[in-house]
Amino acid sequence: MSLQLLFDALALGGIHAIAALGIALIFGVMRLVNFAHGQFIACAVFALILPSADALAVLGLGRLPAPVLVPVILSVGAGLALAAEALVFRPMRNASPVTLMVGSFALGVALQNLLLVLYGGRPKAISLWAGLGHPVRIGSAEVPLLQLIVIAAIIVILVGLALLLRRSRIGLEMRAAAEDFGMARMLGVPANRVISGAFALSGSLAAVVALVLVAQTGIADVRMGGQIMLVAFIATVVGGMGSLSGAVVAGLGIGAVSALLQAGLPPEARPFRDAFLYAAVILVLLFRPQGLFAPVGTRTRV
Amino acid sequence: MVLALDQVGVAFGGFRALSEVTLAVAPGQIVGLIGPNGAGKTTCVNVLTGFQRPTSGRVLLAGRAVSGLAAHRIRRAGVARTFQAGRLFTGLDVLDNLACTGVGLGLRRREAEHQASALLAWLGIATLESRPAAGLPYTDERRVAIARALMGGPRFLLLDEPAAGMSETEAADLAAVIRRIALERGIGCLLIEHNVGLVLSLASDVVVLDGGRVIERGDRAVILGSQAVREAYLGANLPEAA
Repeated sequence: MSLQLLFDALALGGIHAIAALGIALIFGVMRLVNFAHGQFIACAVFALILPSADALAVLGLGRLPAPVLVPVILSVGAGLALAAEALVFRPMRNASPVTLMVGSFALGVALQNLLLVLYGGRPKAISLWAGLGHPVRIGSAEVPLLQLIVIAAIIVILVGLALLLRRSRIGLEMRAAAEDFGMARMLGVPANRVISGAFALSGSLAAVVALVLVAQTGIADVRMGGQIMLVAFIATVVGGMGSLSGAVVAGLGIGAVSALLQAGLPPEARPFRDAFLYAAVILVLLFRPQGLFAPVGTRTRV
Repeated sequence: MVLALDQVGVAFGGFRALSEVTLAVAPGQIVGLIGPNGAGKTTCVNVLTGFQRPTSGRVLLAGRAVSGLAAHRIRRAGVARTFQAGRLFTGLDVLDNLACTGVGLGLRRREAEHQASALLAWLGIATLESRPAAGLPYTDERRVAIARALMGGPRFLLLDEPAAGMSETEAADLAAVIRRIALERGIGCLLIEHNVGLVLSLASDVVVLDGGRVIERGDRAVILGSQAVREAYLGANLPEAA
């Protein structure tokens, strides 16, 4: 495998892993499949630019220098997710998972239409961190600097999140709540703090995905969250709903396989790349319907 | 400083799970709660711990009504419980299972781990500390669940069928643990058990439920001599009156 391909696979897989984590975190603590996650991503993208219906985006927040911009956009993502939790999901706290899921669809549609009203429906060209496109030579490969930054950022995020979950107080509470929420509450873990924490984390992860997508593609599109949300959702299912490590591994795997297929398939078969990918997903689920790393907590409880 | 149900009733739709149940546990006292399946024993525990709101009546903690409080607030106020199926977090190790409770109660992570170690040692299961909670032997699982409930130094402990599925020897070991909890820690214990012999040997006061009502209460002699209890348990093995 060429070095180039390895970097492509890592970058694509990493983004899917981060998106899948955002979904798995929330599913873990409240059994909610948050289909609005894709719109969280889209909102974080559009937060970069000023509202207008023009085809060329005018940067608003996006003009801030990166060391300020990144935390600001992460806070926008976290704030949006927290608001969604407080306004939409908290009143539905004791509803069934299906009701919650439908609620998340409704929230997604509402957010998408809000963006349509503010920004119009046409995809916009957006130039964020244009300087990061220039290639860096590593061994035999020429890799865009952006891709290296993305890979490094993803490693930092995954390690940071693992440490947070393992070492910190809120992390311990989240792991316990993810396994048996009622029990965790009973033991004194306040439900609101854990759920808000999970939403804030999930929202910031959505913002990370948004920044990477914009920098990579140079496009802001109201529908851009949908595609990655689909792949990320598939990754959480393959990984085992609610298993964070499962979501990461499956996200990485799906991204990597996708990059490998793109490079390895004969040219005439390439348009069917996703069909091959989803066939592989179906095969995995046929043999392990509970996902690769089904968390113990999802077994039937007494 | 008493934990009490005062004339508590619970209805699920048209079904009355509890009717006018009154009981009280004092610090250091072991109170038994027995009754046939479906008598409302676990519902009592759920009401006492804030997992079930009573339809009527009050839950009193040190004279203060706590009936409307959320479960974690009642836990913070010092009322802990164990569950029928243990319900440890199987993805966490034993120490983290305890530490999680400490943290939920507001301790710092480090303090919670210290307290957890000390409790495991007190219960003689310090060697289990770093074992994953999944796959613990049955009796160890129960002890860990009790240790977890003792985190934060509760004033009351509600034990929901702690001896279910245990042999006589194992149940006797458990009885010793419960006695120590009441005597050495001054914790008031409410013991729910199918093993009536175990309850009668431990509890100074026993409440008998049937069909959601208290049908008898008193010490060992009263319970063993009661015609109502005998009828409720018809077909079950009640130890012969001494």
